[in-house]
Amino acid sequence: MTWEYAPAPESRAIANLKPSYRMFVDGEFVEGKGEPLKSVNPATEEVLAEVSTASQADVDHAVKVARRAYDKVWGRMPGTERAKYIFRIARMIAERARELAVLESLDNGKPIKESRDTDVPTAAAHFFYHAGWADKLGYAGLGPDPRPLGVAGQVIPWNFPLLMAAWKIAPALACGNTVVLKPAETTPLTALVLAEIIQQAELPPGVVNILPGAGDVGAQLVNHPGIDKVAFTGSTEVGKIIQGSLAGTGKKLTLELGGKAANVVFDDAPLDQAVEGIVNGIFFNQGHVCCAGSRLLVQESIAEELLDKLRKRVSTLRVGDPLDKNTDVGAINSRAQLDKIHELVAAGEQEGAHRWTSACPLPDKGFFFAPTVFADVTQSMRIAQEEIFGPVLSVLTFRTPDEAVAKANNTPYGLSAGVWTEKGSRILWMANRLRAGVVWANTFNRFDPTAPFGGYQESGFGREGGRTGLEAYLDV
Amino acid sequence: MSDRVTVSKTYKLYLGGAFPRSESGRTYPVADAHGRFLANAAQASRKDLREAVVAARAAFGKWSGATAYNRGQVLYRVAELLEGRREQFAAEVAAGEGVPGKRAQSLVDAAIDRWVWYAGWTDKLATVLGAANPVAGPYFSFSVPEPTGVVGVLAPQGSSLLGLVSVVAPVLAVGATAVVVASRDRPLPAVTLTEVLATSDVPGGVVNLLTGHTAELAPWLAAHADVNALDLTGADADQRVELEKAAAGTVKRVLRVPTSEPEWTDQPDIGRLRALVETKTVWHPMGI
Amino acid sequence: MPMSATTVHEFSGATRDEASLRRFLQGLPGVDAVGVEQRSAGLATRSIKKDSKLWAIDTAIAMVDLTTLEGADTPGKVRSLCAKARNPAPGTPKVAAVCVYPDMVATAVEKLDGTGVNIASVATAFPSGRSSLKVKLTDTELAVEAGATEIDMVIDRGAFLTGRYGQVFDEIRTIKAACGDAHLKVILETGELATYDNVRRASWLALLAGGDFIKTSTGKVSPAATLPVTNVMLQAVHDWHAATGQLRGVKPAGGIRTTKDAIRHLVAVHEVAGPEWLTPALFRFGASSLLNDLLMQRQTQLSGHYSGPDYVTVD
Repeated sequence: MTWEYAPAPESRAIANLKPSYRMFVDGEFVEGKGEPLKSVNPATEEVLAEVSTASQADVDHAVKVARRAYDKVWGRMPGTERAKYIFRIARMIAERARELAVLESLDNGKPIKESRDTDVPTAAAHFFYHAGWADKLGYAGLGPDPRPLGVAGQVIPWNFPLLMAAWKIAPALACGNTVVLKPAETTPLTALVLAEIIQQAELPPGVVNILPGAGDVGAQLVNHPGIDKVAFTGSTEVGKIIQGSLAGTGKKLTLELGGKAANVVFDDAPLDQAVEGIVNGIFFNQGHVCCAGSRLLVQESIAEELLDKLRKRVSTLRVGDPLDKNTDVGAINSRAQLDKIHELVAAGEQEGAHRWTSACPLPDKGFFFAPTVFADVTQSMRIAQEEIFGPVLSVLTFRTPDEAVAKANNTPYGLSAGVWTEKGSRILWMANRLRAGVVWANTFNRFDPTAPFGGYQESGFGREGGRTGLEAYLDV
Repeated sequence: MSDRVTVSKTYKLYLGGAFPRSESGRTYPVADAHGRFLANAAQASRKDLREAVVAARAAFGKWSGATAYNRGQVLYRVAELLEGRREQFAAEVAAGEGVPGKRAQSLVDAAIDRWVWYAGWTDKLATVLGAANPVAGPYFSFSVPEPTGVVGVLAPQGSSLLGLVSVVAPVLAVGATAVVVASRDRPLPAVTLTEVLATSDVPGGVVNLLTGHTAELAPWLAAHADVNALDLTGADADQRVELEKAAAGTVKRVLRVPTSEPEWTDQPDIGRLRALVETKTVWHPMGI
Repeated sequence: MPMSATTVHEFSGATRDEASLRRFLQGLPGVDAVGVEQRSAGLATRSIKKDSKLWAIDTAIAMVDLTTLEGADTPGKVRSLCAKARNPAPGTPKVAAVCVYPDMVATAVEKLDGTGVNIASVATAFPSGRSSLKVKLTDTELAVEAGATEIDMVIDRGAFLTGRYGQVFDEIRTIKAACGDAHLKVILETGELATYDNVRRASWLALLAGGDFIKTSTGKVSPAATLPVTNVMLQAVHDWHAATGQLRGVKPAGGIRTTKDAIRHLVAVHEVAGPEWLTPALFRFGASSLLNDLLMQRQTQLSGHYSGPDYVTVD
């Protein structure tokens, strides 16, 4: 007796996809002078839309209008009034939530259930939360007279296109800064719909400017002398370049970079929920998550039992059409990313790790990778050290809590970590020793605008969210 | 147009999400600033007050247990609805307080902005008032603010909307529930506010509003054993000591409020939020 | 505690004595409430459409234990229910069983003998279970003698909550023995057990003692069946199968009134326990009003327009 779920695709028409998108500068959608880019649906490899990109002159102009908006309007507007604009944006994102979700899934390849239930609502919540801060900055405990910095140049990645835009724009606006933001080359569409919302919310022109483009536009933006603050989320490699190039400029910088998080499971863990947490930790968003729980550290005494349960659970994951409401794992965002995953998986096999890959069917077209679990991984292997940024889990074992901590911390990264045990004191003991910016206990991949997020060491510096996150956008 | 006879509103109490008349059957006339009759308001009895406390207590669990995010959304929604009734409030404030239309309008605007300000506090209070305590030992210790419970509010007698919002919104923001006695002589904006609350997402019972004689109801409120905190802003000056003494019977938190009405248009601080929370400190060992 | 030779070898140590049983049950991995509720909420977002929905509806109909357990039950009411059970509507499968009090079994047998619809009887001082073992045994024997093919017993929640696991174990075994060929469903009354940890322990206790099915609720206590509770029980029978090779069933009862809710449970059966549990032999719904909603939704699927309550029979 088999029960096949019939396809349950969300209607593509909801996305209101347009053949072309333009950049957003000074309150208007304008043609950029850069070479237009084509945004591709990674699930079908079809071109979704043509998007204009910024030239150096466009960057200069955007920074100039952002400066003007800061000097003349936004920087001097009372917080209570700024708050009301940001509340409007939050509400309008919620109103157009389904449209944004479908568009995000089309452009990024992530399953609709994630864009619908996580990305978009969290983005709206982020604006809502920061709206409330706009007139309460004096209570943030960051100093007696918190003042905005000026113009913020922001560069965001492709894994959570709308959500990352929200994480960047909301606190900047709440603190009184104006913004020039560059969305990722492969996923610019939802940021430009956000621009439409910003326009409909009647935000004063120039307060938010959105410039699509590739890495060169990002470089022009962060290096622009008219920028007071740079915020970057992306690879550690690029983060290092940005930090280097900003040396001596005095610009305030925050970086949210890569990770190789350890998810540590003790023998007294709530096992079935640990399995859920492991699955969520590495297969959420196809593993395109900087804080993904990509290294599973499991206590040897339960390793076999846990792996059995894990493989059975992973086998139930449905890989395929991102717009199907029953899809658990969508498309890899780009050919380049898929190639990188293949390369690291090949390295894992070559180095002697034991590969298991779900037998789930994959679509014929598009960029897909079946959920994969490597057992018998050792610390020295590439798949234990390098960020794969895909649906690939590396499983290592440990014997004692000290060993778990030593292995978990044995990485240049330090973004997040997970701990699974029913013993409260051990959770706190572990949390105390783990060198990571976020520690999840008996859960994983939780995000909330009230909770600061960010990394140690090569995972970057600065925090986003919460009271702490305001510091990145304030002169204090 | 001018021939049309208007349909006038019956002003009722707001108890547990419903709009009953006073169980006593009493009403009293409400006049405008020039002494002209505006409407009859319900004159609540001590039994109405008793029902109000029951409703507030019943609503406390769910409201205080809602996530701060959810309470923020719900309260912001109230501000949206207030905005839609801007004209009605301005007319009622102008009539009741005897201020010019423009002044009334700016008082209403300030009241809406005040509501938004408090709506933004729901999910920030814990980060501002809470703490991780660096105790000298292998323990993780943290402190969080929690709503104190049912709050009895004697609303300002003078400022019928801005003053009312300034004392009610903080109660809701912290997650407490309220039994409010409206301004005796200027209760109409308060009743309209309850109509906004009833059509918002604020659960029934979170705010209960009584119109009537403050001096008659206040002693029952101050002595009620199931009320946790008391705001005496609108109390009669010669009754205040007696009320504070009654409150001491069950160790109620009595807000430190000025004896004469403050300038409500001034931006408030978080004093009212602080006064309406209890700090809870949690300890847990850290060890393998 | 007396042990029977049929106890599964792997767990014979666990049921050797009261202390071993307690150690075993308390040594089971904990259930994190937030986690299991999130997983259940996730399963509830599965969108079941078209053919897969029709299949689910027919499967759910065939899994219904059509139930009446009222003080006001009469032979007339039971006969009417039996008629519905045999033929819920034209073209539908028959339901799995009719579930009644012991004194109504004979009436149900008259109407259902030879139809393939099982006759389930609650027993053991249902719903509270507050009586002597002697009374519970007699209750069971009466039902079996009257022709019940399935017995839905309640556990002694008082004994369970005070940690007298051995007593609960013995009682289940004794009733199982009295069942003869009748299948035994063990009602845990999860609403009174309060925690998911207790649900898991009680599930294992009932499986160890030989229950053919574990069942959530009597329907007389709120909350009755919830998706997370069913989830924990499905995980238990899955793990039992992995350890012993034996297939045992799960029956959520009470509170499942809509097709949507039933399909959510079937999704959980499919993805938590496994596809092999998608059969009336291993999964049942204890319900009364659910059947008519299933029939209405079935009409909707077949006709393409929404149906109404006047287009299904009230029995």
